[in-house]
Amino acid sequence: MSILVGSETRLLIQGLGKTGRFHADRSIAYGTQIVAAVHPSRAGETEVFEGDIDESGAPDRLDRYRVDLPIFRTVEEAIAETGANASVVFVPPAGAADAIMEAAAAGMPLIVAITEGVPVADMIRARRYLEGKPVRLVGPNCPGVITPQECRIGIMPGYIHQPGRIGVISRSGTLTYEAVYQLTRLGLGQTTAVGIGGDPVNGTNFVDVLRLFNDDPATEGVIMIGEIGGTAEEDAAAFVAEHMTKPVAGFIAGTTAPPGRRMGHAGAIISGGKGTAEAKIAALGEAGIVIAPTPTDMGAAMVEALG
Amino acid sequence: MKIHEYQAKQLMGARGIPVPLGQVATTVEEAVAAVGPLIAKSGDPVVVVKSQIHAGGRGKGTFTEFPELRGVNVVTAGIKGGVAAAEAAVRDLAEKMLGSTLVTIQTGPFGKQVNRLYIEQGIDIDRELYLAVLLDRAESRNVVMASTEGGIDIEKVAGETPERIMRETIDPAIGLATFQANRLGWGLGLEGEPHANFVRFVTTLSRLTADLDADLIEINPLVLTKSGSVMALDGKMAFDDNSLFRHPDLAAMRDETEEDPSELEAKKTGLSYIKLEGSIGCMVNGAGLAMATMDIIKYFGGEPANFLDVGGGANAEQVAAAIRIITADPNVKGIFVNIFGGIMRCDTVAAGIIAGVQQVGLDVPMVVRLEGTNVELGRQMLDESGLNLATAADMRDGAQKIVELAKSDARRQTPDANRA
Repeated sequence: MSILVGSETRLLIQGLGKTGRFHADRSIAYGTQIVAAVHPSRAGETEVFEGDIDESGAPDRLDRYRVDLPIFRTVEEAIAETGANASVVFVPPAGAADAIMEAAAAGMPLIVAITEGVPVADMIRARRYLEGKPVRLVGPNCPGVITPQECRIGIMPGYIHQPGRIGVISRSGTLTYEAVYQLTRLGLGQTTAVGIGGDPVNGTNFVDVLRLFNDDPATEGVIMIGEIGGTAEEDAAAFVAEHMTKPVAGFIAGTTAPPGRRMGHAGAIISGGKGTAEAKIAALGEAGIVIAPTPTDMGAAMVEALG
Repeated sequence: MKIHEYQAKQLMGARGIPVPLGQVATTVEEAVAAVGPLIAKSGDPVVVVKSQIHAGGRGKGTFTEFPELRGVNVVTAGIKGGVAAAEAAVRDLAEKMLGSTLVTIQTGPFGKQVNRLYIEQGIDIDRELYLAVLLDRAESRNVVMASTEGGIDIEKVAGETPERIMRETIDPAIGLATFQANRLGWGLGLEGEPHANFVRFVTTLSRLTADLDADLIEINPLVLTKSGSVMALDGKMAFDDNSLFRHPDLAAMRDETEEDPSELEAKKTGLSYIKLEGSIGCMVNGAGLAMATMDIIKYFGGEPANFLDVGGGANAEQVAAAIRIITADPNVKGIFVNIFGGIMRCDTVAAGIIAGVQQVGLDVPMVVRLEGTNVELGRQMLDESGLNLATAADMRDGAQKIVELAKSDARRQTPDANRA
């Protein structure tokens, strides 16, 4: 079992530019079912992906793959023709929010937005547009979502993952990889790893994913990786204290970050004395979450939390 | 991106938001020349000379060169001296303020050089209020914040008397509704004509925020004048860098002299760099990992000299630029390179590091931690490169090594040995 994505996921790529093409290829090599692309200027064409790398290491998988991917003008057409049930957005920043809204309007149940640099104002409007629609948006500015050996949506390196027992949620890409790799080496593996992204306005927050992991029978524990800025980690701590039935380990980046400066991610900023690492670590600790003192201890903290 | 007060007032004035008359000056002569026309237009002999820097607290800030002088000064020429007396006073102030270093609560101890003055009409103030439009992350919407406690630090108000701050969430599909603007105005204790003026002010300001993709507009103080008008006595605006592509007019307002030169160079090379006070330089891929790398250096007793995210790759050009930027900081006694080569192969990263180091040279210890595809090959290439660098087994090992190396290296050398 897993959350959000799995072997039943039929993926649509929005934005088949250089990055979109590269990662579509990596995802297909990983075993992901990619069924369509939307790229209006190339509608009607077919993009061929072929190769012989199988990164996932999953058993019973072919050595070679060849996918003739149909390209559509709109998400609506792509869903009608292919039955796509998840979409990944690689559209450049200026059009990314529009791509998200288009997918939501077409009834896409899961949208994973990878694009970095989407204007905050666009995301405020997109979030308003998504209200009341049966859709989950993950991102933007995130590494994506992966269920090991089943489905890779995004830009993460597939080979570090291993099917297993732990759910991973993170605001940071590379820190997700660190946690995943530690879990793999400890033999714990992952059910699903979800990057929620580093922007101040995004689709899915910690609480949403914690709830999903809590309800997923295969997930035995969760690692959450937060960072300075906002109050999403504090909200997550409150949820964990009240509702979570599974052990949780955590790490918060930015103990040494100076206030008032954006640390790379648009959302990683301490402003008005709010959003400090200290406050978040304290909140997590009070909720019974085992804190990793350094990023090399995330896997070990999970082991400790599992008891 | 931040802009100056005078630019914020230009943007507000162009939308019909009441702001005092004023003129920006970059030289003493421009400052003096602004006085006559300003007094003629305003009919008021009071002139205010305001330092223009990208930091708050200017009114209470003082100059390093002239400790008795504040960042904002009121010139009251009175009837007696007339324009000539005001001009003389402004000349004296401008000569001192321009080119001098203003230290405020927000600039840090080293302050900021004042390169621009804003010569502004004096205003007869009845009440000082606070008004801001900013993002509420928890709601994913902008909010208007208003308070009767104007002219003082709003964080202090939020901490001590939070009940004096009112908030109205803006629905992005509708904008600030009239009933919300009304409610804020009454909450500020405004009635009649001043209330109507405020409602017009805040409605226009909220539209301006949306139209300009502003991250923040803060008016502190917003003043009620003796004649009942509502006016922005100060104005602070910050814009979303990700939106500037559709606002070339705003992008043109960027004042690069207000930004740290090394941070500016980094941005132009596609690196994300923030200078800090410590001695261990960091070069990392990914913002979260870059922050965590700073933290682990501190955890093992070192102090990070910077935040640096090289982004998705680490090619020779980027590595060379990063080393140049990091070592330009005279405090740096060692460099920790921490790369999780996810999609990118570690041998490619290693080749980038070797070429980059060879390009710019290296006179402080460097520890490299590589992880990911082809990691063994990458480490081997670094070990055999003949460069003065050590490889680390993992992040913990790397952080411990560089902290130790930087300490022993610092002991070996005189403190200023590495200063350019």
